[in-house]
This record gives sequence, C-alpha cells and structure tokens, in this order.
Amino acid sequence: MNMPVEKPWLRVCAVDDIPLLGSRVVERDAGNVAVFRTAADTVFALLDRCPHKAGPLSQGIVHGETVTCPLHSWNIDLASGEAKAPDVGCARRFPVKVENGDVYLALS
Amino acid sequence: MAQQLVRRRGTGLNLPRRRSNKVKESIMKKLKLVVVGNGMAGIRTVEELLALAPELYEITVFGAEPHPNYNRILLSPVLAGEQAFDDIILNPLSWYADNGIRLHLGKTVTEIDRVRRVVVADDGTEEPYDRLLLATGSSPFILPVPGKDLEGVISYRDIYDTEAMIEAAKTKQHAVVIGGGLLGLEAANGLKLRGMDVSVVHLGDWLLERQLDETAGRLLQKSLEERGLAFLLGKQTAELVDDGTGHVAAVRFKDGGEEKADLVVMAVGIRPNTTLAESAGLHCNRGIVVSDALQTFDPRIYAVGECVSHRGVAYGLVAPLFEQAKVCANHLAQLGIGQYKGSVLSTKLKVTGIDLFSAGDFIGGDGTEDIVLSDPAGGVYKKLVIKDDKLVGACLYGDTADGAWYFKLLREGRTINDLRDTLMFGESAIGDAGVQGQSRAAAMQDSDEVCGCNGVCKGTIVKAIKDKGLFTVDDVKKHTKAASSCGSCTGLVEQILMSTVGSSFQETPKTKAVCGCTDRTHAEVRKAIREHHLLDHKAVYDFLEWRTPNGCATCRPAVNYYLLSTWPHEAVDDPQSRFVNERVHANIQKDGTFSVIPQMKGGVTNSEELRRIADVADKYHVPMVKVTGGQRIDLLGVKKEDLVNVWKDLGMQSGHAYGKSIRTVKTCVGSEFCRFGTQNSTQMGIELETMLANMWSPHKVKLAVSGCPRNCAEAGIKDVGVIAVDSGWELYVGGNGGIKTEVAQFLCKVKTADEVKEYSGAFLQLYREEAYYLDRTVHYIARVGLDYIKAKVVDDAANRQALFERLLYSLEGLPDPWAARIAGAQKNEYIPIKAIA
Repeated sequence: MNMPVEKPWLRVCAVDDIPLLGSRVVERDAGNVAVFRTAADTVFALLDRCPHKAGPLSQGIVHGETVTCPLHSWNIDLASGEAKAPDVGCARRFPVKVENGDVYLALS
Repeated sequence: MAQQLVRRRGTGLNLPRRRSNKVKESIMKKLKLVVVGNGMAGIRTVEELLALAPELYEITVFGAEPHPNYNRILLSPVLAGEQAFDDIILNPLSWYADNGIRLHLGKTVTEIDRVRRVVVADDGTEEPYDRLLLATGSSPFILPVPGKDLEGVISYRDIYDTEAMIEAAKTKQHAVVIGGGLLGLEAANGLKLRGMDVSVVHLGDWLLERQLDETAGRLLQKSLEERGLAFLLGKQTAELVDDGTGHVAAVRFKDGGEEKADLVVMAVGIRPNTTLAESAGLHCNRGIVVSDALQTFDPRIYAVGECVSHRGVAYGLVAPLFEQAKVCANHLAQLGIGQYKGSVLSTKLKVTGIDLFSAGDFIGGDGTEDIVLSDPAGGVYKKLVIKDDKLVGACLYGDTADGAWYFKLLREGRTINDLRDTLMFGESAIGDAGVQGQSRAAAMQDSDEVCGCNGVCKGTIVKAIKDKGLFTVDDVKKHTKAASSCGSCTGLVEQILMSTVGSSFQETPKTKAVCGCTDRTHAEVRKAIREHHLLDHKAVYDFLEWRTPNGCATCRPAVNYYLLSTWPHEAVDDPQSRFVNERVHANIQKDGTFSVIPQMKGGVTNSEELRRIADVADKYHVPMVKVTGGQRIDLLGVKKEDLVNVWKDLGMQSGHAYGKSIRTVKTCVGSEFCRFGTQNSTQMGIELETMLANMWSPHKVKLAVSGCPRNCAEAGIKDVGVIAVDSGWELYVGGNGGIKTEVAQFLCKVKTADEVKEYSGAFLQLYREEAYYLDRTVHYIARVGLDYIKAKVVDDAANRQALFERLLYSLEGLPDPWAARIAGAQKNEYIPIKAIA
C-alpha cells in the first residue's frame, strides 16, 4: 500500500516469512528468485540458479552473507552473486529492500 | 539525540548507518606491520594474515634478495636443469601490489629501534611498525678452515648460489661437495647432471645419517655411485688449498689425503640468522626464542621460520614453517587462539629417480621393535619402528609410495594392532588405496584419472601444484576439485603432492580443525558441548570463539548433530543448520526436484501400500519409480511443493533415505519361507528398523539381517550386519558397500533376538556418541580399534546396557517427520511465494 509509485517494487512477503539464515522462493516464469535472510536481518535476492550446474541456491545453507549450493557446495556471495574463489561464476542479483518489515523485490 | 533515534527506527534498510560505519573504518588508521624477510615463512604468514584480517594492517616487506618470494625447495630442480627460476616464483611482484603491500627489495634491515618502533635498512630506509615480524631465515654454515674465502668456494642456499653453481659447471670440471646431507646430495646430483665430476665429502659413517639408518644410507650411496657420484666418507676437511691465484685447487683432509677441486660447495648445515634480533636485544638461543604464539620476548615482535627457536628446536624444513605461519597469522590478526606445539618431521630427497622417505624415530632404541623388509638386490628397504603398539618411525628406501600413509599413522598416534600383519605392505594391503587400488602415484601417467567424481587427471593436479604453489591437500581440493566429492582419492592426491613437492608436503594433521571457522577439532567441539552443557549453536560459537558469526555449511550440520546427540530432548534442533535433504525430509536431485522413499520395514510391503504408491505416481506425474538397493521403492522427480501432499496420499512413514540417519534394514526371507533359513530374519529386521526409527547419526547407517550364512541380505557390507546361524545370531560391524568396499568385522555371537537389539543398539549408540560427523562406522572403528568396541559393547555388560538405554531414551517420542509436516510443521518451507505482477 505504501509502495513507491515510481519504482517497480513488488511486495513479496514479510521479513519474518523468511526463516533466519534461510530463504524463500519467489516463483517467476523467467526463472525463480531466491530471497535470503541473514542473521543480521539483511535480505538479498538472487536468481535461484547456481552458476555451476543450475542448482537451486534457495535450498542451500546460508551463513554470514554466503549461501552454499546444495548440489556441489559452491559458495555464492549473497551481495554480489559471485562465486567464491577459486570457483568462478555469477548468479544474477535482483534489487531488494525492506520497509516496515516487508520485503520488496524489483523484478524486470 | 531523540531525533536521531526516530530517524534510525524509520529506515528499514539501515543504509545510512552502514555507510557511516564504512567511512569510519577508512578514516581509522590501520596498524603498521613490517615483515623482515621476503622468504617462504614470512610471506606465507602474510598470506594467512590477509585471509583472516585483510584490512587490519598496512604491510611493508623487506627482502635482502632482489627477487620476489620464490620456492626455495625447488632450487634443486633448477640446479638440475629440470625447472627454470621463473617456474619457482611463488608470489610475483603483482601479488604484492594487488594486496597493497609495500615491498623493499634488495634492502637488508640492519637495525631495530625498539624504543621508537622503527626498523632501519642498510640504505637508510626507515619504516615504523606497530607489529614486527622477523623471518630472517638461516645462513649456510661455513667451516672455519683455512681457504674458506677462496674463489670457487660457495654455499648452497639461494638462487644466487644456484646460479653461481650453474655458471661454474660451464667452465669447471672437478666439484667437491662438503656435506652428505639432503642439501649436499641434491647439489651434488645437480652438478653431476650439469656435467661435472663430483665427489661428496662427508664426516659421518653413512649418508643422511639424520634421515636414514645405516642400511638405507648404504643403499642410497650405492645408487648414487651408479649415477657417477664419488663418496669420501668419514673424512674431515682440514683446509682448502689455494692454486696460487686465490682460487681453490683442492680439499685437504685431516688424515692427509687430498681431493682435486675447482669448485667447492659447502653444505654442512644451516645457522639461524639472529644477528639482527640479537643486536636489538631480543633473547636468542640458537635461534630467536619464541613462545607457542610465535612471539619473541618483545610482545610487539613475532618471528617465524628458520630463524626461530621454538621449545629449543630450530626447523629447517618447510612444513613446520607453514604451521608456524598459520599460528602466527592468527595472533597477528588479534584472534589469539592458535598454538604452535612443534612439528613431527618427514624427509624426502629431491633427486629424481631416488626415492627415500623417513619420519619420526626411525633408529629406535629401548622399548621399540622394528619391522624390516630388506631387498638389497631389488634396491628396496623398509624399516618401521613400533613402540607401545604405535608407529613411531619409518625409514623407506626405493619404494616410498606409502610414506604419506606411514606419516599419517605416525602423527595420528593410533594403535596399529589391527594392521600389524600387513603394515609393511602399505596402504594398498589394507585395501585403502583409493580408486581401483592404485597406490603408486609416481607410476601414474599424467593422463591417468585420479579423481573419478570430478574427472581430474594426474597431470592437472601436478600442474596446479607447481603453477599455484599448493602445499596442502585442501589447497589441491579447492583448485582442482580432485578429492573434493567422495574423497576416496585423497590418499592418491596426498601421494601426488608428496612426489611433486617433496618434503614441503604438508600432511593434513590429525588435529584437523572442523572447518575454516575455527581451529577446534571435532573432538574438542564434542567435549565442550558435553562438559559445558551447551544447548544451541550460538552457545557453541560463543564458547569456542568461532571466527564467523554463524558458522558455515561445513560446521553447522556437524555442530547441530553434536548438540542433538549429546543432549537429546534438550538441545535445540536448527533446521537451517541442516543440509536441504534433512530439512525437507526428501532427497534433492540434480534438477532441484526431490525423491520420496517411504519406509518399508525389512523390505516388506503389501498390496495396499503398492496401490497407494501407484496412485501417487499417477496423480503427481512422478517421472520415475525405482526399486532401491535397500529394498524399498523410490519415487523420483517430485516437486518440492508437492512433497507434503505426496506423503499424505502415501499414508506411510518417512524412510529417512535422505539423512545422516538410520536408512534401512535389508533382510532375506529367512526361516518363514526359505528352505535354508535358520531364523526369522525378516521379523528381526523389522524389529530393528522399528527400534531405530528416526535415529540421527554421524553419517548414514545401514543394517541387514540374513537368515543363514549364505547371506542373501549382504550383511557383510553393512554398518551392522546380522547373520543367523542355527544356534543364534552373529553380529558384524563396520561394513561399507560405498566409496570403498569394506567387509564388516565380527563383533560377537548372541543367542536371542533381544540380545541382537541390545548389542547392535549399544554399538550404534557408542558410534553416535563418539564418532566425528561424517565418519561412517568403518572410519570410527578404524580410529578407535575393534578391541575398544568389544571392550565397551561385548565385555562390559553394564556399559552395554547403559548405552542401549541412552539410545532408547534419545529415540523416545521422536515424531515421524512426514506426519509432523502433514500436520503443518515447517509449512513455509514447502510453499513458494507467488509473485503477482
């Protein structure tokens, strides 16, 4: 309701709907988006597709600001989407913000 | 003030606060770290420090040599013409620039002003420090004999000496190497390959007397003689003779003999470089004296490497230096939890084609026994020294394929009772040789595959080790992916590391930390949880001072298991610390779908269940229905959001086919139908599976019950195998049909079905309480020994009953996870958010 009109922000859920150190999946035709929540309540959004073999990052273990892919344990930096060295690759990021306890995502 | 508070509460993003913190950080002055010594120990410490605290220091490095950090261990291959100098550079100049390190090359630090906290170099350069790291290394020891300063007399220490030898070999013919130690022999071999006539003069009675016993030393001498080297043993150098022009002409010995020489290489030992430290008033005693934190007597000054004396020992090999670097970096990073306790050494000679290896106390003495294999004609000699049922030393010549393995046994200090008969024949003899039994990494072709999981061949690994300067198995895993999946080729990777980098090889020590988040071992974590009644993750991380706020994907599942198994019904299970399979209670597949395996106790089902399974397969369009190896039915390709409904429609319990948990009890038809069956094995299996339902464990646990010794249920490769005989039941433990097939070992024989449950339950509880996370029963038994298991489970009835009761207590009242989720538990986990545009 308080959605800013000028930006394509989409309310997806309340922060508390995402488990601490966990994630939720936002379904989308063009590929699901994984929305992560860290211990410090920071929220990140990445395309739910590991740059290695397309594993669902949303199903990985979240630690610090990193998620470990459940398929072959690549570590992906939540803020940048980049795989941690020595692995190389990048998962697409989506702008995300939290306002009044609600999570907004800018899909495009 | 009030305004500010309101404003902060209003910003959901917290962005302004974070930004202001960042600004503060960059304004905050960094501490100054000055490193004196640009060699392997100093730079390794800097690398470790950058990994831990990249922003803490402004780093300055002084190097007396005009080169960036290079791999001193590989000077011998350079001398032998097998590698070029560029090949052995570890940190190119760009590395220093990339990490913002100020590098002073070709400058020797001559003074430390501890009052002003400034170091001064020979050209007048001054650098202030908050912390100083001394890594000044060592110098070759020069015999104090007449003629030691003549031209043509050199030592063998750095690339300058190596190049001098290469030059000399072009014009000179007769080389004498004084010193028959590792360095001397490598120098002699290199000069021989460069075309010189080489004699080695050695004071001792045999070569490498600190690394080899006499027999092996003689074998080595023989094979070096076959390569054209000459040896003068038991000779003491008296004088180097001048040819009249200030150049060396010969070496004269105490006994009067002489050996012609136009190049003399002194390789009689090294001496820690302590001049700088001593002039600054730091306490030195055959090295700069440091504490277990690598701290000198001045708390602002640390020291690592060959210049150091730690607990009275100065190390000259690279592995200990790296261990020191790790600890020192930890303290420089102000974490303060590392402790260096000294190193067990192993040695390898880097002369291509000659294999020798030694470690520990290979001479032996009072209270030790030797196992010796000697085949002088075949050029093979092996001696293992055993004390109190433990391997304490090894000396191998000719066949060193098992060096890494012996070194591991030695460092682990485990009892070798069970291996004694086959110990001499190496790791392959106990069937632990990695993929397809290959145990000789050196004999493998570059194109041979080492890691079958990730398709990594030997050449790739060797190249990565050389190009990237890797020294540990973990490094190799990270960079090549070899041994990073199932891990069965770890031994082979260790061997390749060893044969590629020689004595610089760093064995993964037994006191291996759980992961990079901590220096604590699995044993220490378990102990802390038990002794301090820690009940949740935060308590563990706080109490043990984890480096990360909430662990990582490696330690969290381990800690979660330790909490639950130590404090059942008390500790808090954290679903976010479980691997997806255990969180979702289904097995993730490569496309992100899941597989569903309902429980079928003992592999017994009925028409009702089969009908429901068929209906579910139709209703949810299950792409594949498959019979598993554990006598159950697998529905593959189920979408996550369908899981709960699938379970509901199945009306069956979870088969736990996805967890580090009880899996299945495989059975044969037994005496009910089979004409050979001696007991009702099917019923026994069902009872065991009922008893163990919902049991979490360090790794998966599989059981089998066979009705007769024909063993149709394949009980010989299960964690607990039960085989019925006419007079009762035989129990076997520690079998494994997976990565490396292991035959289960006989535990005991019991009479009744209740005893089967009590004994196997007690064994599994012991495993649950003591094994490290991700150890199968076979690994656990290998660590503690079968005798220990028998003592705890078979011989001590009271302990067995206590174990069994603890098992039953921890399983009591655990709900079937599928039923719990049908009832609404963890609902959000399964429901995706629909995006409404």
